[in-house]
Amino acid sequence: LGLALYAGSLCVVSGAAFLYHDYCVIGAGPAGLQAAYFLQQAGRDYIVFERSHAPGSFFALYPRHRKLISINKQYTGKSNSEFNLRHDWNSLLSHDRRLIFRRYSRDFFPNADTMVRYLEDFASLLKLQVQYNTAIIHVTLEKHEQAWNGHYFILTDQDRKNYKCSSLLVAAGTWVPNVVNFPGSEYVEGYETVSINPEDFTGQTVLILGRGNSAFETAENILGVTNFIHMVSRSRVRLSWATHYVGDLRAINNGLLDTYQLKSLDGLLEGDLEDLAIVKDQKGKLHITLRFYLENRNISAGIDSITLPQDELDNFATRAPYDRVIRCLGWKFDFSIYNRSLRMMPGKGNIKKYPQIKPSYESRGTRGLFVLGTASHSVDFRKSAGGFIHGFRYTTRAVHRLLENRHHGVPWPSTVYPITQLTNSIIKRVNEASGLYQMFSVLADIILLRENTTAFEYLEEYPIGVLPELEMQTGRKARNGLFVIIMEYGRNFSGADKDVFYYNRAVGEAQHAWQSNFLHPVIYYYKRLPTEREMRLHHPDWPLPRPDAIHHIVEDFLTDWTAPNAHVLPLRRFLENCLSTDLRNFFAESCFLFAFTHQKLPPSCQQGYVRMQGLVGSQELRHHAVKAGLLQDYSHTDFSDDRAPDSHGGSQEQMMRDHGIPVRPLQHLVTTKDE
Amino acid sequence: MSAQKDRWVSSLVFLLFCACSIPRSGSASVQQEPSPQHYFSGLEAGKTSLAFFTPSVSPGGQPFLEQIESSAEALQDYGVSVVKVNCPREDVSRYCGKENALRKAFLFRGNRLIREFPTDALFDVNSIVANVLFALLFNEVKYIETLADLENIENVLKGKSNMVFAYVPATGTAEHRAVMEAAFVYGTIHQFVLTTEAALLKATSHDDPDVSSAWLLFCHCQRATDPAQPCRRTALAQPLTLLSIHRHLKLMGAPLVTEVAEDPEKISTVHLQLGLPLVFILSQKETYEADRRTAEFVAWQLLGKAGVALLSRDLVDLNVLHRSNVALKTPDEGMPIQYLVLEDTDEVITLVEDKNKVKQIQEDEQEEEEEDEDEKENNNQDIQDDQVVEAVSRDKKRELPLEQILVLTEENFHSSLSKAAQTVVLFYASWEAVSLAVLRSYSEVAAHLQGTPGVLLSRVNCWDWTGLCSQENVTQFPTMRIYKEGRQSVTYGGMWGTEELSSFILLSQVSCPLKLATLDEAEGFLRGEFPPELSSHLHTSLLGVFSAATSKAREAFEEAGNILSGHVRMGMYFEDDALALSRKYSVSPPALLLARNGGRSVESIALSKHSVQDMVQMIRYELLDIFPEITVPNLPQYLQLGKPFLILFSAGDISQMESEEMLKLAEGRPQQAFVACWLNLKKTPVGHGILRTYFSTPPSLPVLLWVNLHAGGQVFKFPSEQPITEMNILSWLEKLQAGLEIPSSTLSEEDWKPPLPAYDFLQMMEPSVPELSLRPGDTPAQHPPRDPRGDTAGGDTATREEPAQESTAEEEVGSPGRGLRGTAPRLAARDKQGKRHSEL
Repeated sequence: LGLALYAGSLCVVSGAAFLYHDYCVIGAGPAGLQAAYFLQQAGRDYIVFERSHAPGSFFALYPRHRKLISINKQYTGKSNSEFNLRHDWNSLLSHDRRLIFRRYSRDFFPNADTMVRYLEDFASLLKLQVQYNTAIIHVTLEKHEQAWNGHYFILTDQDRKNYKCSSLLVAAGTWVPNVVNFPGSEYVEGYETVSINPEDFTGQTVLILGRGNSAFETAENILGVTNFIHMVSRSRVRLSWATHYVGDLRAINNGLLDTYQLKSLDGLLEGDLEDLAIVKDQKGKLHITLRFYLENRNISAGIDSITLPQDELDNFATRAPYDRVIRCLGWKFDFSIYNRSLRMMPGKGNIKKYPQIKPSYESRGTRGLFVLGTASHSVDFRKSAGGFIHGFRYTTRAVHRLLENRHHGVPWPSTVYPITQLTNSIIKRVNEASGLYQMFSVLADIILLRENTTAFEYLEEYPIGVLPELEMQTGRKARNGLFVIIMEYGRNFSGADKDVFYYNRAVGEAQHAWQSNFLHPVIYYYKRLPTEREMRLHHPDWPLPRPDAIHHIVEDFLTDWTAPNAHVLPLRRFLENCLSTDLRNFFAESCFLFAFTHQKLPPSCQQGYVRMQGLVGSQELRHHAVKAGLLQDYSHTDFSDDRAPDSHGGSQEQMMRDHGIPVRPLQHLVTTKDE
Repeated sequence: MSAQKDRWVSSLVFLLFCACSIPRSGSASVQQEPSPQHYFSGLEAGKTSLAFFTPSVSPGGQPFLEQIESSAEALQDYGVSVVKVNCPREDVSRYCGKENALRKAFLFRGNRLIREFPTDALFDVNSIVANVLFALLFNEVKYIETLADLENIENVLKGKSNMVFAYVPATGTAEHRAVMEAAFVYGTIHQFVLTTEAALLKATSHDDPDVSSAWLLFCHCQRATDPAQPCRRTALAQPLTLLSIHRHLKLMGAPLVTEVAEDPEKISTVHLQLGLPLVFILSQKETYEADRRTAEFVAWQLLGKAGVALLSRDLVDLNVLHRSNVALKTPDEGMPIQYLVLEDTDEVITLVEDKNKVKQIQEDEQEEEEEDEDEKENNNQDIQDDQVVEAVSRDKKRELPLEQILVLTEENFHSSLSKAAQTVVLFYASWEAVSLAVLRSYSEVAAHLQGTPGVLLSRVNCWDWTGLCSQENVTQFPTMRIYKEGRQSVTYGGMWGTEELSSFILLSQVSCPLKLATLDEAEGFLRGEFPPELSSHLHTSLLGVFSAATSKAREAFEEAGNILSGHVRMGMYFEDDALALSRKYSVSPPALLLARNGGRSVESIALSKHSVQDMVQMIRYELLDIFPEITVPNLPQYLQLGKPFLILFSAGDISQMESEEMLKLAEGRPQQAFVACWLNLKKTPVGHGILRTYFSTPPSLPVLLWVNLHAGGQVFKFPSEQPITEMNILSWLEKLQAGLEIPSSTLSEEDWKPPLPAYDFLQMMEPSVPELSLRPGDTPAQHPPRDPRGDTAGGDTATREEPAQESTAEEEVGSPGRGLRGTAPRLAARDKQGKRHSEL
């Protein structure tokens, strides 16, 4: 704060008309408001700039047909608020229980107007600092030694008003429509302006360029009134239920696939839009031809002089003329407002619509510039949910935590537990944590072991891409080894042309857990933090470098990983073997025996019983334990009818022996080793 | 398969052997030469030697000497002898001069010096062999630095011979050695080109190559005639080793398409010998030209993965369908040739790749069978060995009597707390065994305390209300708290037993310490009659007596009361007549009065320390009995003293005599160095377990033991023939201290290790993802070139990865344990013949 005041006063002294804030956020969409919330909670000096008069201006226009495809589940049968967020893809994170999306809409796929209303409430109920009607049109840097990052960000709005900030959070989304240019592209209507009234399409033949959700949404709307719809794009259709990526074509929009495959006139074509050309005939019909035929020819010379593909190939697929051509090609990030010195570069290949950022969401070109929200999706494009509200609400929180550590000396929040709580803390998180679940393979819970493994520190939802920098980024120490807990799909299960319904797709036995296909928790154990180099060189199919040991918790039909034998027991054995200790729980009576017969005690006795917090256990329970052969009943023994007693140290061995041969009829029903 | 491998390994060894220009017999070692003169006179023309000169008094321990000695054998294979020349002390010639001795090694051919090496370039066997060969093969291996160099060489070679282009991150590495060794053998056949420039690597491979990995390309320049076109390239997909290079060159050297005119069953080609399949394109006279083109096309696609042969049907009488156009022969012996009808060349390629896949699966399966055997040994690792978890899960069908316990939720938590004067809340997680075990005791507490006014028992399931629990800062399960109106909550920190919980809840009802208003109340408190709500509760009473002048002590006492709340019955009296009380018990305030057993005896203790921590510790210590009966719940209090135990095991109550003698012993020395105590085996039957551990034959009871719990762990038994009297025990203890007694037993020193192994998923995953086994950071050059997909040269890499990955998917179908359990409750568990199916 001192620095902020100092910097603030400096501006006044120098007389420049700068309004200073520590943090500037561009865009009051979901990501911008989410960032504002965390900044506000932490008491930081921040401002959000929004070009529109209200938050969420993207949602005021898009999706054009107003149906959001993010699910809004009313009921899960559970009251756990964190778990329920796994199935609420619209809410932002806040402490305010009024701001849960299902209080705003009962629709499973809500209306976009509801989202606008929700965002307005989010900004106003939480009293977030948003400056509306301020379009940032230019961002540049001002070098300054005392600035947090060696420079200030100078933002200029449409009225030439300047703002100065130490840290810039870009949450501007991707809103510039993708356009293709080819001869005749002037006849193409854009998704952003095309009519959404089906009556305008009655009896028409329509060509849609693009194959994303917006293209299918447009088709879905007019499917019933058109002659037929053709859809053309370079890549084949990617179905989200096959790829497990929410950005691919969702089943709710795929009515056209049905009519195509049932030969109801609609159809899909693959082709490069760059090769395309459209010519208009006298009747106003649009004909598809190839750019190739138009070379050296004047398009205005009239259709008769232009070769159409069907002139040579009389069964050419798109020989029928179209009444309308609609472009639904998605959006890209607005790179235009950033000064060259910020080096905001587009990504390469299929992520060129996003700016280049590091796995910490910091721009590759400029220190102190973080990209949030949809524009940050290059980190996990076509993998996880970082481009969508239910994903970036967590990555935004992660960025906020990184900033708190970097600029305010607030280390990443963590809880310290005794080692006896190790299994429990993992089971609790994998069963309820929403950030791990939505941002699978991107955000991870980290367990940092303390010396002598008597205690551990639990950090939630850290971006695994910056795992090697953990100590620097979180302010926590990782000297004694660590566990990384993430969720993963089976390595070969998801994909554009994979059959995800094949028989025996699900794994049931814990010992085959590594072959699990559906989303399941995976725990990596490292004796020391992986280095930058190991991170860079790791196998591309793996989210992390080779660990010293790995554990998969077997996938579960109910995503409920609390089964004592199938889920918890193998996990405990894994943890025990990594730490080389015994993590079993013991009743007070066992600890009592150990205290008199062993010089060392197992952790659960050490940290429970010896500290006078032993588990006495009810009569019934001790009786069950005795019947299971895990607890010796001495109450009826006297020394005369005793079998050959063990020498010293024998009690544990005896326990081991006893539980080796218990009568466990149920065990045989679920395993096959008896065959 | 392995036989085949052996075969080509041995053929390689043979090749190398032949390549040695001067084969010699006998084991290779460093030759010793007495002096430089002697050495130079003995040099034969054409014979190569690597010499180093050392002063006759060798400093010894030079790492270089060790390395060069171990490289002698390797160099001998290449006809290079390693010679150590002793320099006489007075010699200051060129080679023996001070600055040269042991800092340089010299490579001679005949008596001509070819190259000097600084010894720091010869840091290990790899670097020695690599550098020596590099010097010898100066003409055979061209070292280049720019892309233009490469293009020049390529252009020169076009139509003449093939080129082997290798990138190594640095010279002197194992990969560099492998390349040089290969060049030694193949240098006359192919032109070898070597670079260490990362820029060249980037220019020759697509995508983003890993500059820390070596990379080798075979450039088919012999076939290239068009000067404008670059030569076709095939990359080596494996890490660079002599064997992998040899194999690669052999495959590249084999004819692209073999023409076959005999029974395909009898055919054997390089590919089959190297364990790769052979594809036959069945041809007819009429279509020969087209078939030949197809075969060549396929052969280019499969280069390095399979061989292609053109089989003329007109010349060989084949007993197969006339429509068949492709045949596949696998290297496995006894596998019949498959004849197929395919329509597309892509199908041929997929076919070969699938074959590789099948092979992988078979290998995996074999491994799995071995695994199964392993599993049988530690079969019980999936059997529960946690007594608490097992007991709870065996008890889960029983309905718990929880009606008395209010269920709290996020909605009603705060409103409920404000309703009762005191609310007990148990925070637990419904999936967690310890929580559930405590919940069972808690339900007994509820039954026990039913009807007690002012106490409300409630519970919060943190699995349902995670937000509430984190808000209340509950991080561990279970946690029990008592919330009182307008006061800070108190967290329970004692044993999770029914009695202990009940006692805590009852004691928490009254404030701690309780302010006593009159002398009568104070006396009643000491007798255990006041306050009435605690009268049924037998407990030691602790009364603090303070005068007006001792407010500081009083504050500390109050603070200590907060900490001990629920565990100790504490009262305080600071009225004006406090002096009367202190006079009665002959103490001066501030002081504590301690009343055990309902006030029959009252001890008085002067309060000298005024810090809260000291006071808490002092109170805890004073509450301990002098000669306690050790039980499961109270042992920890005595363990904390960190002293050895003098413990009397008794079959029931101890006799009056023993009790008195022990008490005398204990009281006799107030600052004693041990805990005198006894154990009632009837009440604490687990004591039998202790005795059984100590003694092979059960001792007669009662038995008195000295147990060194904290140091050494020895257990001594008091001689049973002696009566237990203070005198006897003391003299026995003296003998113990003097080391004159032999311990009956010693406590186990064992660490608590994992009871059973875990599933080793890392090991299971490795066969299917071979890259995983390469730990980044070992040796950089072990990495295969990174993913140059989509280019002919990189084809190898991509497909090598793919079969490996596919195999996991395939294998999943076949491996056991793939029942319904994942997708639906498993109803019949006996449908697990997966593996058998895939074998049929």
